[in-house]
Amino acid sequence: MTIARLALIGLVAGVFSTVFGVGGGIVLVPLLIGLVGLDTHSAAATSLGAILVTASAGALLYAVRGEVRLGYALLVGLPAVGGAILGTHLQQRLSGRALTLAFSVLLAVIGVRLIAL
Amino acid sequence: MNGWAIPAALCLGLAAGVLSGVFGVGGGILFVPTLLLLGLGQVEAAATSLLAIVPTAAAGALRQRAYGNLRPRTALAVGAASIVGAELGVQIATRLDEDVIRRAFGILLVLVALRLGLGVVRQPRRYPDVS
Repeated sequence: MTIARLALIGLVAGVFSTVFGVGGGIVLVPLLIGLVGLDTHSAAATSLGAILVTASAGALLYAVRGEVRLGYALLVGLPAVGGAILGTHLQQRLSGRALTLAFSVLLAVIGVRLIAL
Repeated sequence: MNGWAIPAALCLGLAAGVLSGVFGVGGGILFVPTLLLLGLGQVEAAATSLLAIVPTAAAGALRQRAYGNLRPRTALAVGAASIVGAELGVQIATRLDEDVIRRAFGILLVLVALRLGLGVVRQPRRYPDVS
């Protein structure tokens, strides 16, 4: 059942999202490719749509607990809007294979950095 | 906050946005370390990162819709289910030790990277590339 798979993917992404403060894209993109069969570009696009819902819910859940710092969110979030427009434009010119490889390298580098910190 | 902190945060924010657009992630993988550098605690950084992700993902999703890549119903189904997971995650994050969360996150990223990278390397190169 596709809907059951989507619900499972969402549930997993939601937990990762609030535990780590990320959108959940690092689990969404691989799962949308592997379990739903989307191509790399559609998976990335659809992941962003899902993240919009996840991050809104997560930010709200943390905001009521007084953990959100609005000024800091704007400081990094506003330049990121420009970056996202640039990034999606750039993505249209990249092959799925190149995207996936570059994504893996990015995750590995950040992962090692976090473990060693 | 030092004098270099704001320009550095702006640059890292921009970089997070580019990553978000290119890879379909929220940008939290860069937002969280940036906010930690700015002196926020782990839970505060996670919470603030989530708020920063909202406009970032909105801009990216809108652009992707224009490019014809977005599957709105799939995104909504996954997004709706993720709300339940998000509440569960908040409960976990506010109870666990912050160093444990950070290291677990690092290990997770390395494992996902290996899985994705090996998948591409094993897969025979196909032309034209599906995109």
